[in-house]
Amino acid sequence: MKEFKILAVIVALVAVTYYGIEPYAHHVMHPEPAPADYAFSDLKNVDTTLKGDVANGKVLVEANCIACHSIEKEGYPAMMSDSDAASSYGVVPPDLSSAGHLYQTNYLANFIFDPVTASNLKHKYPEGGAKVHPMPSYNWMAAQEIMDMVAYLQSIPKATYVSESEERRADFIDACGRCHSMAYAGISARTPGDVAKAYLGATPPDMSQYIKSRGRHYLENFINDPQRLLHGTGMPRVGLSEEAQTHVIDYMEEIGDAKKAEREDLGWKVMLYMLVFAVFALLWKKQIWRDIH
Amino acid sequence: MAEFKKADSMLEWFDQRLGVVNFVKVMMTEYWIPKNINFLWAMGVVITVLFTLLLVSGIFLLMYYKPDVNMAFDSVNFTIMQDVAYGWLFRHIHAVGASVVFLVIYIHMFTGIYYGSYKKGREMIWISGMLLFVLFSAEGFSGYMLPWGQMSYWAAYVITEIFGGIPLIGDELVVWIRGNFYVSDATLTRFFMLHVLLIPLAILGAIVFHFYALRFPHVNNEEGEFFDFDEEAEKYKAGDKKGSKVIPFWPVFLSKDFMVVGFFMIFFFYLTFYHYGFAMDAINFDKADGLKTPAHIYPEWYFLWSYEVLRGFFFDIAGISGKDLGLIAFGIANAIFFLLPWLDRSPMVKPANQRPYFKYWFWILMADLIVLTIYGKLPPTGVNAWVGFASSMTFLVLFAVLPFITKLEAKKVGGK
Ligand code: HEC
Ligand code: HEC
Ligand code: HEM
Repeated sequence: MKEFKILAVIVALVAVTYYGIEPYAHHVMHPEPAPADYAFSDLKNVDTTLKGDVANGKVLVEANCIACHSIEKEGYPAMMSDSDAASSYGVVPPDLSSAGHLYQTNYLANFIFDPVTASNLKHKYPEGGAKVHPMPSYNWMAAQEIMDMVAYLQSIPKATYVSESEERRADFIDACGRCHSMAYAGISARTPGDVAKAYLGATPPDMSQYIKSRGRHYLENFINDPQRLLHGTGMPRVGLSEEAQTHVIDYMEEIGDAKKAEREDLGWKVMLYMLVFAVFALLWKKQIWRDIH
Repeated sequence: MAEFKKADSMLEWFDQRLGVVNFVKVMMTEYWIPKNINFLWAMGVVITVLFTLLLVSGIFLLMYYKPDVNMAFDSVNFTIMQDVAYGWLFRHIHAVGASVVFLVIYIHMFTGIYYGSYKKGREMIWISGMLLFVLFSAEGFSGYMLPWGQMSYWAAYVITEIFGGIPLIGDELVVWIRGNFYVSDATLTRFFMLHVLLIPLAILGAIVFHFYALRFPHVNNEEGEFFDFDEEAEKYKAGDKKGSKVIPFWPVFLSKDFMVVGFFMIFFFYLTFYHYGFAMDAINFDKADGLKTPAHIYPEWYFLWSYEVLRGFFFDIAGISGKDLGLIAFGIANAIFFLLPWLDRSPMVKPANQRPYFKYWFWILMADLIVLTIYGKLPPTGVNAWVGFASSMTFLVLFAVLPFITKLEAKKVGGK
């Protein structure tokens, strides 16, 4: 009985210390931001209730977008090599084949309308400033026309993937791969690091271990809106739908914490083994101590 | 050479050549431990088990680790964690083991303090134990640098910087330790050497010394009772196991320790597989970058209390800069426990709660160390800085008044 009392005292002291240096310290050092907003409800420039016309959207996209963006799936190739595109625009414009599925509708419409506001980079590109965003605003277009283009992009059928993992990888490359590498997955950024740094003010880090260094929760909030957690950062708000963002984070986990399933499966077996050991040790101890007490 | 007769058994063959029968007696079956002890006396064996795990997992890690600033991070986080079969398991055991061993060392140390096991003949056990503590600290610090993450780099930067505060030689000393003007490849490679060779060797030696130091004064017991071990051993050998106050190390003492180790290891493996974040700081999965200071720099949890003593003095007092005061206090904090056997002037060897004054001292010290540990991690701003200052002062004052308190206690109990 006395031994259990001693154990209780030790457990209590350890628990207080643990609480202080782990949950409490984290809470103080990393205050919880407002929850992620997957509707991007701060963006209100385009009336997204309008029903888009796919055929007209296709015409508009052909006229306005494919000079910079490839849409491989629709047979519009890239006009330049990645390195030329990077030096022309500061960053390689992404392929738009999957744009209709990756980006949330309201975000996509508002991004076309005004990239700076949508990606939350007004501090970088102030109105009338010397620096301008490499993609022009289409705020001169009617909302209907913008929604036509959105409808067209969304009508491009999803690629067929052999596995969920392949789909997640493709989403990561399309959404983040113009800036970020992921060495442990053999992905290198399409924009060279020094060019990206000149454009963004910081080199986009390699994403291989960010699931470990930041954790799922931080990533959810960060990708949804980088400014909230890294004020003044050059990384744009990318505007992923909740589903696409989950794909991206799942892929980061699949690569960054590759042994998670193996670890969680082995853990309880080892613990069970130790329990059996402990029970036998307890019985043996009881036997030996019988004629000692 | 003495004449050898043909051995009748394998045991005899070895006994003729190595004296194994006597060796086992001296070391195990007739090495006497008091019977009146609780599970806290198993902590030494728990540490030994953890140290063995650290050694074995460390050897496996060593087969793939690359001590080079360009390769270290990926050799750990990719090669070991993902490429090598069960490499992640060895890394988790090693990282969690290194953290948990300190928890057990602290329990072991404070058990010693609580029961007064550091005095009246047990001074060398204590000194050798403190030596182990210092060596383990150095081992923990050097090991933390090896993955070359952000916290590896910046903790190394901050801790080596501390030596710059030493008068006259400070600046040169920092360069000498780092092998460069800043924390660099040379720093990593030399700490690698320390971590895998020199310090482990010293630890092995110090463990032998610690165990040897236990033999003459013998292990203490729950009541701090002194008795004649030879007499009690005779009783035991004569068959009066119930009446004797001692038990043999093997199998009686160890049978209990195995049980404690068994239950402890369930907890240990729970941490290893499911709850390792406290031992593998997230920030350390960002590669070291000397140009990008992390928002919060803190050492591993087991250094937090002394780190807070260092930070606690954040303003000048009597013309001495806060930085120097912190450094002095930090030096004292790290050395003072060595002197405990001489700071405690009371002859009582009893559990702290049976000592009229010491009990207050002990529990205030425990509370203060917990406060220091927690505030050692929090950002030292606003009221936190003042809590740090107050708890650092409390720590110093506790040790300054210990001789007087215990002297009074000695008077009160009349030399018992
Ligand atoms: C002058 C070249 C140019 C033109 C024309 C252009 N874009 Fe872009 N676009 C870019 C660049 C460069 C980026 C990458 C910007 C960045 O990452 O900071 C980009 C990014 C995008 C993105 C990704 C947004 C995100 O959140 O990641 C979408 C979607 C997009 N453009 C759609 C379009 C559409 C639709 C059109 C036609 C209406 C168009 N772009 C016309 C250069 C262009
Ligand atoms: C237009 C380029 C660009 C795109 C696209 C981009 N990023 Fe970034 N990202 C950056 C830059 C630049 C930084 C460095 C920011 C800094 O240090 O201020 C960064 C930083 C980050 C960080 C580190 C944040 C931190 O706490 O330090 C994460 C995580 C991240 N990006 C994830 C993503 C993900 C996931 C995507 C795709 C959904 C993505 N990024 C798309 C440019 C980009
Ligand atoms: C780091 C590795 C260490 C190992 C492997 C180790 C191991 C042991 C073992 C096996 C015992 C005997 C059983 C027991 O009482 O638990 C013991 C006793 C003791 N150790 Fe340690 N120890 C270590 C560190 C320390 C430290 C850091 C201290 C404190 C400064 C310390 C102080 C003591 C004392 C005072 C005893 C005697 C306990 C008594 O008589 O009741 N040891 N140690």
